Amino acid sequence: MVKVRLAAPVLQQNEEVARENRTFFQKHGIFVLNLMSSPGSGKTSTLERTIEHLAGSLKLGVIEGDIYTTRDAERIEAYGVPVVQINTAGACHLDARMIRPALEDFDFGGLDLLIIENVGNLVCPAEFDLGEDARAVVLSVAEGNDKPLKYPLIFRQAQVVLINKIDLLPYTDCDLSLLEKDIRAINPDLEIFRISARENTGFSPWLSWLKEQVKIKKQKA
Amino acid sequence: MHELSLMENVVATLRASAAENRIKKITRIQLVVGKLTMAVPEALQFAFEVFKEEDLFKSAVLEIKEEPVRGECKECQHAFEIKDYEFLCPSCSSPQVKLVGGRELYIDFYEGD
Repeated sequence: MVKVRLAAPVLQQNEEVARENRTFFQKHGIFVLNLMSSPGSGKTSTLERTIEHLAGSLKLGVIEGDIYTTRDAERIEAYGVPVVQINTAGACHLDARMIRPALEDFDFGGLDLLIIENVGNLVCPAEFDLGEDARAVVLSVAEGNDKPLKYPLIFRQAQVVLINKIDLLPYTDCDLSLLEKDIRAINPDLEIFRISARENTGFSPWLSWLKEQVKIKKQKA
Repeated sequence: MHELSLMENVVATLRASAAENRIKKITRIQLVVGKLTMAVPEALQFAFEVFKEEDLFKSAVLEIKEEPVRGECKECQHAFEIKDYEFLCPSCSSPQVKLVGGRELYIDFYEGD
């Protein structure tokens, strides 16, 4: 019998590829955002409004992760931004290796911002580094107050939470102050923005934050 | 269910290491899993079954050691176990808590012939 001590991180391979992706983005001076949420929180709508607001000021590209369909990619394409679809064929998250071939499909010259829309899931995407600069979680008030405490890792790993569907607040039992208190207990450094993608409200602070990050990244490149 | 992806990574690492060490059959694997990874031990065991047809893993027992979520206060240096994902220092109530445990996800060792 042989005993082999490995102490090998399970996600070592993913982390190596993520580092390569990060170096690639750094070289091009592109700020990369990993957009995550549960299904139905309004991730794609939030992305659509963000693209509309940024049109003319930032050059943006999108990677759309989806298990099987191209529905979200088609929605984004309608806004005239370059979009690459990645079908995970059953996998519940994107990983760093899936991102790499998509990088060859983009013309990165002059691109300021790349948003990667992850597969709708609050558990698995949190574990896989894609080489992004920041992670944003979209959380809708209709999902209930318990989401941060049930899925703490994704909130611990993120820099931003966009609380969406604020317009539905009167029709839910969501307690916003309690929700934000729970989020801050998990991660006190999170930027929290309240938005309604449907009514196109509350986007200003979020867009300012994004533009600031793009500026910082450009200066570092 | 990211347990299958995680297990694919575990199995790939073991295959490579077993080949290097000329091990034909793995009998025991110790995997360390922090509670904050949200990986469910039962689901990891279930995912491992998929690879049991392979000769290398046929007689392997997968042992999972769970690690609690632990924090250390950046203000008062108090070290503590984080219960219910409340990242607040129980000693001085500061929210500036560094995560020092709970994210582990590694193969500690394996045994084989």
